Amino acid sequence: MKRPRIDAEANHRLITRRAAILGGVQLAFVGALGARMQFLQVDQADQFRLLAEENRINIRIIPPARGEVFDRNGVALARNVPSYRIVVVREDAGDVADVLNRLGKVIDLDPEEVERAMAEMKRSAPFLPITVADEVAWEDLSRVSVNAPALPGVTPEVGLSRVYPFGSDYAHVLGYVGPVSDYDLERLDDPDQLLRIPRFQIGKVGVEAKVEDTLRGKAGARRVEVNAAGRVMRELDRREGTPGSDLQLTIDSKLQSYVQARLNGESASTVVMDATTGDLLAISSAPTYDPNLFVRGISSRDYSALTENKYRPLASKTVQGIYPPGSTFKMITAMAALEEGLIGPDDTVYCPGHLEVSGRRFHCWKRAGHGWVNLQNSLKQSCDVYYYDLAVKVGIEKISAMANRFGLGIRHDVPMSAVAQGLTPTKAWKTRTHGQDWRVGDTVNASIGQGYMLASPLQLAVMASRLASGNEVKPRLIKSVDGIEQPVLGGGSLGLNENNLRKMRRAMFDVVNDRRGTGYGSRIIEDGMRMAGKTGTSQVRNITAAERARGVTRNEDLPWERRDHALFVNYAPYDNPKYAVAVVVEHGGGGSRAAAPIARDVTLQALYGGDPPLEAYPTKDRDRIRKQQSDLRAIQPLANINGKDQA
Amino acid sequence: MSYLEYNAKYVPTGPRKILYLNWPLALLLAAVAGVGILMLYSVAGGSFTPWAEPQMKRFAVGFVLMVMVAMVPAWFWRNMASVAYLGTLLLLLGVEFFGSIGMGAQRWIDLGFIRLQPSELMKVTLVLVLAAYYDWLPAARKSRPLWVILPVILILIPTALVLRQPDLGTSILLMAAGGGLMFLAGVHWAYFAAVIAAGVGLITAVLQSRGTTWQLLQDYQFRRIDTFLDPSSDPLGAGYHITQSKIALGSGGWTGRGFMQGTQSRLNFLPEKHTDFIFTTLAEEFGFIGAFSLLTLYALIILFCVVSALANKDRFSSLLTLGIALNFFLFFAVNMSMVMGLAPVVGVPLPLVSYGGSAMLVLMLAFGLAQSAHVHRPR
Repeated sequence: MKRPRIDAEANHRLITRRAAILGGVQLAFVGALGARMQFLQVDQADQFRLLAEENRINIRIIPPARGEVFDRNGVALARNVPSYRIVVVREDAGDVADVLNRLGKVIDLDPEEVERAMAEMKRSAPFLPITVADEVAWEDLSRVSVNAPALPGVTPEVGLSRVYPFGSDYAHVLGYVGPVSDYDLERLDDPDQLLRIPRFQIGKVGVEAKVEDTLRGKAGARRVEVNAAGRVMRELDRREGTPGSDLQLTIDSKLQSYVQARLNGESASTVVMDATTGDLLAISSAPTYDPNLFVRGISSRDYSALTENKYRPLASKTVQGIYPPGSTFKMITAMAALEEGLIGPDDTVYCPGHLEVSGRRFHCWKRAGHGWVNLQNSLKQSCDVYYYDLAVKVGIEKISAMANRFGLGIRHDVPMSAVAQGLTPTKAWKTRTHGQDWRVGDTVNASIGQGYMLASPLQLAVMASRLASGNEVKPRLIKSVDGIEQPVLGGGSLGLNENNLRKMRRAMFDVVNDRRGTGYGSRIIEDGMRMAGKTGTSQVRNITAAERARGVTRNEDLPWERRDHALFVNYAPYDNPKYAVAVVVEHGGGGSRAAAPIARDVTLQALYGGDPPLEAYPTKDRDRIRKQQSDLRAIQPLANINGKDQA
Repeated sequence: MSYLEYNAKYVPTGPRKILYLNWPLALLLAAVAGVGILMLYSVAGGSFTPWAEPQMKRFAVGFVLMVMVAMVPAWFWRNMASVAYLGTLLLLLGVEFFGSIGMGAQRWIDLGFIRLQPSELMKVTLVLVLAAYYDWLPAARKSRPLWVILPVILILIPTALVLRQPDLGTSILLMAAGGGLMFLAGVHWAYFAAVIAAGVGLITAVLQSRGTTWQLLQDYQFRRIDTFLDPSSDPLGAGYHITQSKIALGSGGWTGRGFMQGTQSRLNFLPEKHTDFIFTTLAEEFGFIGAFSLLTLYALIILFCVVSALANKDRFSSLLTLGIALNFFLFFAVNMSMVMGLAPVVGVPLPLVSYGGSAMLVLMLAFGLAQSAHVHRPR
């Protein structure tokens, strides 16, 4: 079969033409590919290079060591101790179940934990270490290390975990740390990158939370090259972080432990301050709790036991608890009147047992009355009528202003959680919050620290310090940061009449040291150690006229939560004030009976720097005190450094 | 056309034929294959195993195959065309029934010594049969509807079988190659205009069918289209391939990051780095210069084929050579478009460079046919 030549040539021309068209299309496409290459590789090269680097390089944060906390003598209160955990890397282990089985023969493994680890291992990349046992004891760790050849893929890892050697003694001061939560992250505007580390520990309450920024330190970082699966191929460079600053508190751990032990069994709080510098030497709230439980993750059962306890162990009562100051407030009322010149220290008021003010009868605690009393006698015997009379003369505004000068109604700058402002009422305050006019009866109530007047134990201690020194003493909790002494705040004179102050101190001295004083039972008989103080008993209920008529029900006969609060403020020594103390025993009954003995023990402990000699106590108390001292020594916990086996 | 038309005096015979091979083309093929082996060595982290060494062996086998095919006169291949076509069709049907599942698609048929991909082979035999058809068909009839429908059927049967595997990429390539050959053979342009119009309509229909009961594509095929249109919509999921591929390409810059220095491929950010995405490794490590050089090599291969085809007075030979060149062009154009984010990821390897036995052998077989046409051209 032969084709005509003409036909073949025509056809060939057609093929050539079509091939030229198609070739042109192909050439155009090749050109487009080239242009695309040029666009990606030349025009946008920098951008893609950056993306490739982002792919390749991973920044891993190195958490810094948290700052440790010490007491004023360098005793550790919050430490970081190495905590060991055992991790398994799946790809190194081979048969994970077999390896874990063998590991279980070497150390005790929690079956639940193992199950969780197995599940986690199935989900995550084979090269990621998975924790199979946390908080491993040193002995177990050694056992694992010795058996390492038989346990492929099993390695011990060391981390730092927060431990509070004194356990519950500092729960309310230091607070505790815990893993950062979503709530914590939301609260912060610009969260530190460290907080993005899963289970990173941050301060939750107390000093740990308030001084978090100082304690936390700065994150270090290492740049690593990773592959697509996230496996670290090599470390490119490393920048160590800055460890957190160490804190030294003004607390004296020996005193703190004593106070905590002394308060054991009560729902009470005590503040011991240096009366001149404002250093807080002990600040204890009872009952308390073990912050170490929170660090490890408290069980819901333990936690609800704490929240449901009616004595509120979680509350930091020294700063957070606010109480009617009761008779401990009388010094303020008197100072307000004295400074205004409305009354002299020796001017007398007649106490018939009650006072009629605008048609209402206000009773003195002593129905029979105290007769003619001056400042000294009225304070000594805690006569109420004397202060009613003063208050009516001086008015609430002057009284509240004086209270503020003594540190009541002021939120003191102490790095603890929920520091309360308390309340020093004024006319404007009542109108604003209650929508009612101030009545003179309110002033009468306020004059003896009842009614609207509220103060925290910390504020009462500040008041005692300022009475003792005449200076504007301010509380200080942080003594030094990384060895750098923090400034003592305040200290300037309050600008009060020295004569009035002297009279007031003398009256406070008589409260404790005069036979007829309300605090006489809690006197110190050692000369040069004697204290000046004031009892307070603040009602938490109204006494009706009917009850008053048939006789006021005794505290012992009331349910706990309706009993009076017992208060005591003091400083010592009288002639050379060193320490100011405030004690509040919630629903403890009378201040002289429930609060004053605690204050005396604590004061003596502070003065002697340990158990005082029995000679400091009145003779009849010595047997009881001897027994109490030995009992307290038994329950004071010794610092527990590794934080385990806490009693 | 019969061998009687040849001027026997000038047609080389015996072993001397080797001298008449299109040697520039052969060298270009070897160069491209060399680039491929180099890249496979690199992506294996500087190792001949597991990819570079088998690839070398395959290329050697493929080269021998090419020469052997080239030694056989072109008219023999023309006469064998229909047999080859039917045989390949049977193999495709065999895949349908006996094929093993690989990569989520039914593409392989295990012949014991080689896992054959009949769809690859079909690319060559389709061109072969169409070239033979238009050689046989008198020129006057080629635009008549009956004689247009016949080759369309020849194209659509294997396309449908491949689409069932499912392998969208290869079926598109088959259609494009077949259609291209019809265009080259001189079928009236109005048919192509009609087909393009119909194609646009079909694409619209396919997109409309999504989520309905008469859905025309598999879900994964729809997803590939989605991620092609907007790779950033799913940077860690389906768009990952395209995004990472573009990053690798782009980060190469002018001169690249150096041989075996590409972080994207070395750290496994690139998917399928030894097969479909091998071009990105080249572009990352040798930059624009390297990538453009490879593109130039490919263009030169096409050019040499076209020149050889147009110089060939034999209609079958020139159609065959042009068809093979077109096939080759479609191969690398689709792959490069895909890795550069110009086309959806359809799973087409880079010819002669990507790791893969079937594709390499079939390509060398195809170039063997082109060489045969070149050696046995009428003089």
